[in-house]
Amino acid sequence: MMCQQCGQRPANVHFTEIVQGQKSEYHLCEVCAREKGQAAYQAIAGAFSINQLLSGLLNFDPSVKMRVNTPSAQCDECGLTFNQFAQLGRFGCPHCYEAFAEGLSPLLRKIQSSEQHVGKVPRRRGGAITAKRELTRLREEMRQRIAEERFEEAAQLRDRIRILERESSQA
Amino acid sequence: MSLGQFFQREGSHWLRDEGPESDIVISSRVRIARNLSGRAFPMIASGEDQNALLDEIATVAEQSDVRALGPFTLLRMADVSVVDKQVLVEKHLISPSLAESNGGAGALLSPDGELSVLINEEDHLRLQCLVPGYQIDNAYGQVDRLDDAFEEVLDFAFDEEKGYLTACPTNVGTGMRASVMMHLPVLMATGQMNRILPAVTQVGLAVRGIYGEGSDALGNLFQISNQVTLGQSESEIIGNLHGVTRQIIEHERAARQRLLAERRDQLEDRVCRSFGILAYARQIDTKEAMQRLSDVRLGIDLGIIKGVSASILKELMVAIQPGFLQKYYSQEMDPDERDGRRAALIRERLRTDGIAQS
Repeated sequence: MMCQQCGQRPANVHFTEIVQGQKSEYHLCEVCAREKGQAAYQAIAGAFSINQLLSGLLNFDPSVKMRVNTPSAQCDECGLTFNQFAQLGRFGCPHCYEAFAEGLSPLLRKIQSSEQHVGKVPRRRGGAITAKRELTRLREEMRQRIAEERFEEAAQLRDRIRILERESSQA
Repeated sequence: MSLGQFFQREGSHWLRDEGPESDIVISSRVRIARNLSGRAFPMIASGEDQNALLDEIATVAEQSDVRALGPFTLLRMADVSVVDKQVLVEKHLISPSLAESNGGAGALLSPDGELSVLINEEDHLRLQCLVPGYQIDNAYGQVDRLDDAFEEVLDFAFDEEKGYLTACPTNVGTGMRASVMMHLPVLMATGQMNRILPAVTQVGLAVRGIYGEGSDALGNLFQISNQVTLGQSESEIIGNLHGVTRQIIEHERAARQRLLAERRDQLEDRVCRSFGILAYARQIDTKEAMQRLSDVRLGIDLGIIKGVSASILKELMVAIQPGFLQKYYSQEMDPDERDGRRAALIRERLRTDGIAQS
């Protein structure tokens, strides 16, 4: 038998680990067992993949766990269930984002910096989205100017917003 | 063009050339994930659908806008041998998971290996650019243009709120992972890496060893990359990466000068001793070879070793990996045999640079 970790030398260190009644056997070569020490222990304790980490986050979150059991939690395009997503840590198709929107929010808040995309938009399809983003930005700026009682600047912003709104309703 | 060149040393620009700040930054890479709207992701797509996508992308690759950025050669993973796949992975041209996937997985590669497109990996498409030295903006620029060229003819899955939709929610938004590979022997030796790591994670970046796991970074090579893809724009992400990378470059340079000023004798001894071992060893395992190569590269950068080209570290760190070694000698080998061949390959490579003077 070859070492489970390096796969290069024969395994001559064998041990059994029991965690919460789950029995696992490990077979390592001396080099891996001795040299890697803590790292080896982590590696054999289960390869730590991002997908497992995700499913861990999902399963520990009670608000998400409740939804997992609701029968409606299934993507109607690819058929993936929320349960499967929680186990795999991956979606089945683009529509899953909509289908699992509710359960996804707490996860995204944990692993990302916000829930709103602010980066690149596709050039061909993106025109409308870019205009919308600009409108949001201008409205926010106008609110700030009003709060600061800089009404003249606010009025200028209001006019620009009106023009943009007219353009986007015609498009 | 022959497929053979992708498996040889000459096939990759990032391995051959040096680029800016190359005394510390080995390479820069940007990859973005894109999926086609209305189609199942590769994980659950049927073999038929995967092959259809592969054919479709092959056609798109021939269109003038895309071709102008290549031209690209299509590799169907089903046609590539196990050892060849491993070589592509060791050269960082394809990912380990693409090499493992069956069915319709494939890759488009540009002639110099700088630009590549992984097809049917975790996402439908992963566009990546890998360049030597510190050129993260250049890498993003190339990937961005390729993305635009693809988008002319493909409908990408995009949501106004969530951005580009990806198979894994850790990539959603920009779909971008930008990274730099750095050689940090002195920060590592003086224990300063442990102070840097926590600070880096606070700005949404991560640091990890390139080869080997945990803190056991073989060859003192580290990759710094962004973790967050949603809620930060591409330019913010790259800006953060720049900020951190520049600081680490400065720290490492300062630490090297301090070491040179305060402990020159010990440093020279270590560097030259490692050079001697690489030049004469008859058996060497990957771990030791990587450490010795790191020492020698540091010696070259600090002017202790002359007459050896600086690219030796990255060339050999790829060449001494098991897959490449077996490809180079055209045979499968057991570990003892590999240790012998590895030592021979390193001796050979050092000899082609002439005898070093120290």
